[in-house]
Amino acid sequence: MTTAAAIRMQESALDPKHAVHDHTIAAGEPYLVAIEKGQTLRLVDLEGNQAIDALFYSRDQVGERYSATQTMLSQGGIYLTTDSVLMSNEGRTMLTIVADTCGRHDTLGGACASESNQVRYALGKKYMHSCRDNFLLALQRADIGLGKRDLAPNVNFFMNVPVTPDGGLKFEDGVSAAGKYVELRAEMALWLLISNCPQLNNPCNGYNPTAAQVLVWD
Amino acid sequence: MPFTDHRLDNPPASAPVDLPALWTDFAPELKADLVLWSDIVPAGSHWSRRLRRGTSLRIVALEDGANFSMVMYAAADKLERYNMPDSLKAQHTAHYTRGHVLMSDMGRAMASITQDTLGWHDPLGALLDQATLESKYPAQRYATHRNAMARDGKASLLIEIGKHGLLPRDLIAPVNFFSKVGVDDEGRFRFASGHAQAGAMVELRFEMDVLIAYSTAPHALDPSPVYAARKVGLAAWRSGPAPADDYCRSFRPENARAIANTDLYYL
Repeated sequence: MTTAAAIRMQESALDPKHAVHDHTIAAGEPYLVAIEKGQTLRLVDLEGNQAIDALFYSRDQVGERYSATQTMLSQGGIYLTTDSVLMSNEGRTMLTIVADTCGRHDTLGGACASESNQVRYALGKKYMHSCRDNFLLALQRADIGLGKRDLAPNVNFFMNVPVTPDGGLKFEDGVSAAGKYVELRAEMALWLLISNCPQLNNPCNGYNPTAAQVLVWD
Repeated sequence: MPFTDHRLDNPPASAPVDLPALWTDFAPELKADLVLWSDIVPAGSHWSRRLRRGTSLRIVALEDGANFSMVMYAAADKLERYNMPDSLKAQHTAHYTRGHVLMSDMGRAMASITQDTLGWHDPLGALLDQATLESKYPAQRYATHRNAMARDGKASLLIEIGKHGLLPRDLIAPVNFFSKVGVDDEGRFRFASGHAQAGAMVELRFEMDVLIAYSTAPHALDPSPVYAARKVGLAAWRSGPAPADDYCRSFRPENARAIANTDLYYL
């Protein structure tokens, strides 16, 4: 039943020359894109140590979205890697990770927010930029029927957040590097919502947020 | 599991309001003049309540192996809600115990864990859902089992949040009090069977006015081959909000800031 693993490396045979969509997200910015069922999506950590915060929504059923808890429960563990199946809050398969040269991604750490930065670092940090501001701006601009209530716990691609035997949560550095990528096959028509994480208060982006690339193949 | 507590039978017409002091059985050390209400949540049942800032809720396992799944929303604005990742990363924890604070997505403390005899409550394991209920357990539906039917925790919480106008998309990751789910080196869940014994107790102090919804269905990862729901006792009492020298405030600087943010909200 349990299919979870600590790390699973898998390279992809897909050629970026044949991608139907190729977009570079500048450091710290949001991005929203429609992905069709059957398409393959690649996220590239171009310069290394860049967290890509991501949420997925069904385009057919408003309110159906990526569920971190459903995903962890159905694979029986916390790390996302090759063969992990990303599940929705309705218990349906949304995407499958089909290649991964980083080998481990997080879905416990959530997205940084101005409000949580206040709590974590200092009340005065609230004016710094954050993933949840990015998510909200992208959803407000797109006006697709999604809003704050839909900002559920997300995926942090290229982040490593282990749980210790005594129940601690650690934010560890160092599984990603320049050029590492993760590839997912969409099992339904989706919105992909990304914040290319602008966090400067901790080492999740190596204190130097950089660009990320999104490629899509039919 | 048959329902046997005759204190909860229909009351006589001469004393029609049946609010027995159930807490005297499972939380006798509480002060009578501070207790607001008490209740026994039957195994596999659900309810929801508003609780005010400055109220504490004692939650007591009345049988071995209890699980109490709870979600929480700000009463004044239900878009503000308990946020699992924000709470966990602020406190660098993947479990809850005394000193921890349940934080909202708005950077405010919603509830603090002021007492705990168990040491570990699960924030990761989410809810038993209908598909898992049906695949895991022998059928135990209303037609044959009446009030002892088996209900999954997700259905229970969807009913409860629905009473307050919330939709499935508003269902958040719960806290599973009395359950323990460790994580091994491979990142795999390890459910600790027999973690909570009868009498185990955890107490929440609400730092803001909240809506809570809860279920006593079994934990999603409970390996028991039968639907082993257990009953839970609740006692609410007037504790006042967090004092200046509070243990939860000083547990971590993040907690001090989260509670201070709630204090500011109530100025």
